[in-house]
Amino acid sequence: MAKQIFTLNVNGRDHEVYTEPNQSLLEVVRDELRLTGAKEGCGTGDCGACTVLVDGRIVTSCLVLAPDAAGREITTIEGLADGEKLHPMQQAFIDHGSVQCGFCIPGMILSSVALLEENPAPTRDEIRRGIAGNLCRCTGYRKIVEAIESVAGS
Amino acid sequence: MRRFDYYRAISVDEAIALLNEHGEGGMLLSGGTDLLVQIKEAGLAPAYVVGLSGIDELRELRSNGDGLHIGAGVLMHEVASDGTVQAQYSALCDGAGVVGSRQTRNMATVGGNVCNAAPSADTGPPLSVLDATVHVAGGGGTREVAIDDFWTGPGRTVLDSEVVTHITVPAPPANAGSFYERHTPRQIMDIAAVGTAVYVELDGDGNCSQARIALGAVAPTVVRAPAAEAALSGGPITAARAAEAGRAAAGEATPISDQRGSAEFRTHLVEVMTTRSILHAAERAQG
Ligand SMILES: Cc1cc2nc3c(=O)[nH]c(=O)nc-3n(C[C@H](O)[C@H](O)[C@H](O)COP(=O)(O)OP(=O)(O)OC[C@H]3O[C@@H](n4cnc5c(N)ncnc54)[C@H](O)[C@@H]3O)c2cc1C
Ligand code: FES
Ligand code: FES
Repeated sequence: MAKQIFTLNVNGRDHEVYTEPNQSLLEVVRDELRLTGAKEGCGTGDCGACTVLVDGRIVTSCLVLAPDAAGREITTIEGLADGEKLHPMQQAFIDHGSVQCGFCIPGMILSSVALLEENPAPTRDEIRRGIAGNLCRCTGYRKIVEAIESVAGS
Repeated sequence: MRRFDYYRAISVDEAIALLNEHGEGGMLLSGGTDLLVQIKEAGLAPAYVVGLSGIDELRELRSNGDGLHIGAGVLMHEVASDGTVQAQYSALCDGAGVVGSRQTRNMATVGGNVCNAAPSADTGPPLSVLDATVHVAGGGGTREVAIDDFWTGPGRTVLDSEVVTHITVPAPPANAGSFYERHTPRQIMDIAAVGTAVYVELDGDGNCSQARIALGAVAPTVVRAPAAEAALSGGPITAARAAEAGRAAAGEATPISDQRGSAEFRTHLVEVMTTRSILHAAERAQG
């Protein structure tokens, strides 16, 4: 099918993109918009490395067709900080040593931010379940959970 | 991703017209959590794809005294967090709430779960025991299909170039309760090895006046367990009678062995989980 033009609102800015309509949102965000925070781990919805926010809710962008995200507000990890000032969740991940290789972290942080939006005072179990869609091969999750707890408690 | 032509519909009529216009081999796309995975991993190669996510009329979730209306495009998280569904259609809330991860539940639709026709679909047994009706629209008009007649095999339904518009569920009486649970080898992010859903109505004496029991992942489709229903109906819901119905259900399951469990293990699970689900549903009916 011929390429199409559509507008994606990413991190508060409209971007005109010109691609085949069967491209995933992840492909467009990374390859067209050059926002490479979201990662492709599995491509099939299992790992959460490609997590972005669409209208404030987390989705795995590897399973969203880019034209389906037109007209919605998309937030990637690049849009979370306020200028030079990191989002409290980003800062907490640094302060708690929650990051090792970093591959899972953009998705993990967005899932954590959205979790606290939906449930501002989660229990430890709710936190663990809340990030069940984000796999981390390095950290064992413990310091990630601690970072989220610290933001929830503050 | 494998290339395919993609058309986004903005109304049900337009979706049907696109299917008719482009002919054989087209597929519908809602949340994409089954279809895109099948395209990427299982070699599915649709001639073209028609997107439904822009159709507002499919997004409606509402209830009144007659029952529940679930648009085919309603998301799992919307169903699971709806107060009326939680209170009155609890088994459906149980099922929608365990699908995948939070990300999955923000994308996956009830209509997609039903139309994908996996015997392990987590809203399948709940919709079956809640006596749901599937509303279908096609070139020849609209029709209604009882949920138990909708699935014809693994991944197969009665649909013929048609769109599911919504699913309706009759309002249960006050003395009714329903429950769904599944067993998965992993706690989260896994597919059911067995799912059991139970709906019961109690009469004034506390006897079971109506029972519906459905099993997931132990037959080519979600199936009802009529012998278990008969064993439970017409008497009080005691542990002993629940166990008897559980044994009857195990006799009605025809599971296969795969990586999520042997046929023998699954049959055992059916007995244990049906028994337990009956008692939970009865608790809710009294609740
Ligand atoms: C990581 C992950 C975890 C998952 N975990 C679970 C789980 O725990 N339990 C579970 O049951 N499922 C699970 N699934 C499967 C899937 O998420 C569900 O089946 C989901 O409900 C499918 O809905 P969808 O909108 O994404 O469907 P889609 O992928 O868009 O469509 C599925 C099928 O239905 C057809 N279809 C969709 N809408 C309509 C319509 N309105 N009319 C006619 N046909 C239609 C499509 O053509 C396609 O064949 C999981 C999937 C992923 C990726
Ligand atoms: S890359 Fe999307 S979930 Fe793994
Ligand atoms: S830090 Fe390496 S995968 Fe999580």
